[in-house]
Amino acid sequence: MKLLECPMNGVRPLSEFLYGGVYREMPNHETVTDKEWAAYVHYRDNAPGVKKEWWYHGPSGTWFIAERNTLTDEVQKTYPFNQADDMELEK
Amino acid sequence: MSMRIDKQACEWIERDKPVSFTFESKEFIGYEGDTITSALLAAGEKVLGRSFKYHRARGVLSLANHDINVMLTDGEDTNIRGDVVAVKAGMSLKAVNTMGGVKKDNLRFIEMFLSPFLVVGFYYKAFFRPRFMFPFWEKIIRRGAGLGAVNFNYPRIPKPKLNEHYDLLVVGAGPSGLVAALAASLDSELKILIVDENQQAGGSLGYDRAGDDSKIPQLKELIAEVDKAVNITLRVNAYASSYYADHLIPIVEKGGITKVRAKSLIVATGAFEQPPVFRNNDLPGVMNGSAAQRMIYRYGVKPFNNGVVFTANDHGYRVALDLIQAGTLVKAVVDLRKSNSSNDLTKDIMNKGISVYTGHCVYEAIESTDKMSVKGVVICPFDEAANKAEPEKSFTIECDGIAMSAGWAAAAALLYQSGMKVKYDNSIEQFIPDLLPQGVFAAGKVNGIFDLEQRISDGARAAAEAMHYLGRDNIPNIAVQDPHGESPSHRYPIVSHPKGRNFVDFDEDIQVKDFIHAAKEGFDNIELMKRFTTVGMGPSQGKHSNMNAIRILANIRGLAVEKIGSTTSRPFFHPTPIGHLGGRNFHPKRQSAIQQWHKDAGAVFVDVGTWSRPAYYAKPAEEQENLIQQEAMSVHQSVGIIDGSSLGKIEVCGPDAAQFLELFFTDKFADQKVGKTRYALSIDESAVISDDGLVSRISTELFYITIGTSNAAMVYREMQRWLQIRQLDVGLINVTGSYGIINIAGPKSTEVMRHLTDQAESSALVAIDEVREMIISDVPVRVMRVTFVAETAYEIHVPADSMLSIWNQVIESGSAYGIRPFGTDAQRLLRLEMGHYLPGYDTDGLTTPYELGCDYALAMDKVFFVGQRSLKILAKKPLLKRLVPFMLADGFSSQMPKDCNLVIDAGEIKGRVTSISFSRMLNRVIGFAYVDPTKVDAGSEFEIKTDNGSMVNASVVKTPFLNSNKAL
Repeated sequence: MKLLECPMNGVRPLSEFLYGGVYREMPNHETVTDKEWAAYVHYRDNAPGVKKEWWYHGPSGTWFIAERNTLTDEVQKTYPFNQADDMELEK
Repeated sequence: MSMRIDKQACEWIERDKPVSFTFESKEFIGYEGDTITSALLAAGEKVLGRSFKYHRARGVLSLANHDINVMLTDGEDTNIRGDVVAVKAGMSLKAVNTMGGVKKDNLRFIEMFLSPFLVVGFYYKAFFRPRFMFPFWEKIIRRGAGLGAVNFNYPRIPKPKLNEHYDLLVVGAGPSGLVAALAASLDSELKILIVDENQQAGGSLGYDRAGDDSKIPQLKELIAEVDKAVNITLRVNAYASSYYADHLIPIVEKGGITKVRAKSLIVATGAFEQPPVFRNNDLPGVMNGSAAQRMIYRYGVKPFNNGVVFTANDHGYRVALDLIQAGTLVKAVVDLRKSNSSNDLTKDIMNKGISVYTGHCVYEAIESTDKMSVKGVVICPFDEAANKAEPEKSFTIECDGIAMSAGWAAAAALLYQSGMKVKYDNSIEQFIPDLLPQGVFAAGKVNGIFDLEQRISDGARAAAEAMHYLGRDNIPNIAVQDPHGESPSHRYPIVSHPKGRNFVDFDEDIQVKDFIHAAKEGFDNIELMKRFTTVGMGPSQGKHSNMNAIRILANIRGLAVEKIGSTTSRPFFHPTPIGHLGGRNFHPKRQSAIQQWHKDAGAVFVDVGTWSRPAYYAKPAEEQENLIQQEAMSVHQSVGIIDGSSLGKIEVCGPDAAQFLELFFTDKFADQKVGKTRYALSIDESAVISDDGLVSRISTELFYITIGTSNAAMVYREMQRWLQIRQLDVGLINVTGSYGIINIAGPKSTEVMRHLTDQAESSALVAIDEVREMIISDVPVRVMRVTFVAETAYEIHVPADSMLSIWNQVIESGSAYGIRPFGTDAQRLLRLEMGHYLPGYDTDGLTTPYELGCDYALAMDKVFFVGQRSLKILAKKPLLKRLVPFMLADGFSSQMPKDCNLVIDAGEIKGRVTSISFSRMLNRVIGFAYVDPTKVDAGSEFEIKTDNGSMVNASVVKTPFLNSNKAL
C-alpha cells in the first residue's frame, strides 16, 4: 500500500485517503459558453503525466492538493488548496 | 535402507529427539529439525509423490521450496510441501494426486496409454468440440489432474495481521544478507530486520562446502554477530511474500502475515539452481546439486549410494566433493563444457581417481523396471556450438543417483515486483538488475555475484548504498570487483532426445517438444508460450523452469536471451495459505445510542449505509409484511415512534454560513428566518442530485442541517471541499454521532408532545416549518415539525447520552394512545404514502432535479450555486423522463411489479419503477416510476413489464397518495 503525505497530518497509509478527482480550474460561469462549461464538467484528458489532484484525509477531514505523476505514481508534493506558493516560500 | 550419515557440523536435525510419523500408512522415524522429505529420504524412501499430468514417480528436485511433486495431505491440510514443512510427531501423511497410493498409482497408466495425445494444447483442441461433450471429458480430466482435495470442514483459524516498521529490511540471511545487515547495524540508530525462509540462517554458506568444513567458523561468527547486534532482528521460517508500493513487504510465517514497512530494502535472496534438461531427468534419485548438498549438511542424509554428477559449471565439482564426503561413490563427473577451466576443484576430483568427461552430456537416465528409480546413465559427447548430443558414441554407467549443476536463475521476484529493470549479463548467462527503484538494493547471487568473498563485499556495498539513501553520515565507499572466472550458468543445458521425457517444468510435466509445438502453433512470445504450455504456471511458479523455457524459446527463434525477456512476477513468492489472507470479518456498524432498547423490543436490524437500523419489530407468530403494515397503520391512525439517529447532522456556523449554504444547496437561505426550517437539495457540478435534507436556522450565524443516512459522509466531505475552495468564514461540524433523533408521527403525536413538554396549547408547540430549542426534563433539545412520514410529526434531536431517557419518556407519554415503534420498512412505506421521493432510491447517478419535478427548490435567480450553470444548459434541452407517483388498479392481484421493473411503451423502454409497495391504508399498490414526460399528468396511463413478462397497467396520480385516493 502506498504512503501519502497529508499536509496537516504527515505521512499516512493510503487507506486513510480518498481520491477526489483531478483538480480543474472553474471557468467564469457567467461568460463561459455551454460547450466550454460542459467540457469543464465532463472532460478529462487522462493523459499520463504530472496531475494536480484532490485528495481527502478521512480521519481528519482534510482536503488537499497532491501533484502526482500518474505514469510513475510518484507524488511530488502535497499542499492545502491555494497554498502551493506559501509552501514554496517556507522552503 | 537407512541413508542417514554421521553427524555433520552445523546440521539442523536434533538426533536426540526422534519423531515418529506415518507416510502412506507406513511408520517412519525422523528427527526434530527434519523436513518430511528429509526424514523419508533418510529412511530410504525414494518415491515421494506423483507428477501432475503423467503421474510419474517423483522424489527430490531442489529441497528448496519448489519440490512441488512432493505434496502431501494429513487429511486436514492439503498440499503440505514435503521439502520445507518440518516433520511432527503423529503426522499421518499421504501423497496427493494418486489413485491407490504413491507406489501403485493407477493413474500412472495415463502416461503409458495416453501420453502421445497429451501434448500441450491437446485439451483445448480435443475436448472443445462437440461442445456438449465437454462436461463429460472435464469430469474425467479433473479426476486425474489437480493437487489434492479441498477440505471443506477446515476450521476457521483467525490469523492476526501485524504491522512492523524498520529502517532496513534484508531479505535472505545468506552471507551477503547477513553481512549487509551487520554493516548497516554499525549505525546504532537503524532498526533492521532480516528474514529468511529457511529454519536456520546461513544460506549457501551452510551447505555449499566442497567437502570441506573450513568456512563453518565464518558462518558461526556471522550468526553470532547478528545475534549480538541489538538493532538487528533475525527472523527465520519467514518469507518475504511480495513487494507493494513504498516498500511494503508482507512477511509470511506459519502463524500469519506481518506487514513490514521498510524505509529501505536489500534483497539478498540468492539464486535457484536450474536443472539441465535430459531424458528422464525427473526420476527419483535425480536432483539438483544444491539439493544433494542441503540433504547432506542440513539433515545428514546421503543422497544416493553410487552417483554421477552432471555439471555445466564449477559448482558441480564442489557437489562431487560434498557427495564423496557423505560417502557416496561418485562414478563420474560429466561436464557439458568442452573447455573446462583446470581449477583446483577439478584437480581434486581427478586426484581421487574419478573420471571427468568434459564435452559430454548425460543423454538419458535409465529407469528401473518399476520406473521408480535410476538404474544408470547414458553418457555421450556433446557439441556445445550446435547444442547437439552425439548418442552414437554413447556409453553407460550404472548408478542410483544423479546430481545436476547447470546454472542458476536469480530469485528476483521481489525485485521484479518492485519495478526493477533487468539486463542479461552474457558473462554469467543470467538476468541481473540494471536499474532498481529508489531505496531498493540487491546483493549477492541475485545481483550476479557468485564468489563468496565478493558476495560478502557486495553485501557491505548494498548496506552502504542503503545507508546513503537513508541519509546517514560517514558511509564508506565500497567497490565490488567484477565477477571473474567461468560462468556459473550454462548458456544452453538442454539435451534433445527423440523419445522426449526431458522435462523442463516438473510442476506440469512440460517437455522440450511441448515448446517446439507451441512455437509451431505461433505461441512464440514468452508470455504467450507460458499460457499455451502452462510453463511456470504451477505451484513453483517457474522457479526451476522459466530460465530454461526462455533459453529454449531463444534457441527456437534464433534470438538472444535478452530479446526473449522474462514473464511478469506477481505475488506471492511462495504459495500462501488463503487463511493468511482472509480478513477477520470486521465490519463495524454504527449504532443508535438506544440500540439495546431496539434489541429488547424485538427489532430485526438492517444495514443502512454504515448504520445498523431496526427494519421492523418482530412479534411471535406474525408475518413480517403484516407487522410492517401494522406499524404503518399505527402512524396513520394514532401515533408511532422511530429512531432516526442515523440521519446525518451538520452544523454550519459563522458570519458566512448563509452564503455558504446558498453556494452548496440549490435554494436560498440568506432570507431564512431564525426558528424556521427549509427543504434543501444538493446537486453536483453536472446537476445530478446528490442528496436532500432539512436546514434549520438556529440563530443568525448557526444553521443545523439534517441529511440522508447513507449520503451523509459524502455530503459533509463535499461541503468541506467547497469551503476550502471558497475560503469562507464558516465552521463545519459533523454532529451526526452527538445527537439522537426521535421522530413521533401520527395524528396523536401532538398530544404526546404536549404530555411530554407540559405545554397546554398544542398549536403553540411547534408549527409547520418551525424549529424550536426547548428543555425536556432538564435536557436541551431541538424540536422541528417534519412531514416526511406523516402530516403531523415531530423530530426531537436529543444529545446522544440522554437519548434513552427521553425515548422512554416519549413511550410513556404515548402509551395512552397506543404508541408503537416502527422501523425503516414502515418508514419507507409511510414516506411513499406521503409522496416523498428518496434520493439514492428514487434517483440514480444521472437524475437531475428537472426529472424529479422539484423546480421549486431551484433558486435560479441566485448568482451562483454548485450545479447551477449545468442546470441552465439542461433547462434548454428536452426532458427525457419524469418521476411520477402511480397506483395500480383497485383490487390488483396478478403478478406484482417490483423495483426496477421497466416502464415500456410501444416496445420502447421509457423508464423504470423506483419504489413500489402495497399500502394497507389505501388498500392499493402505489409507487414511483420514471415515465415519458408526456405522461406526467394525473390520470395518464402507462405499462410496467413484470418479472414474468406480463404487462401491468398503472395510472399516474397526485401526491400525497392519501389525498389522491379520496379524489379517485
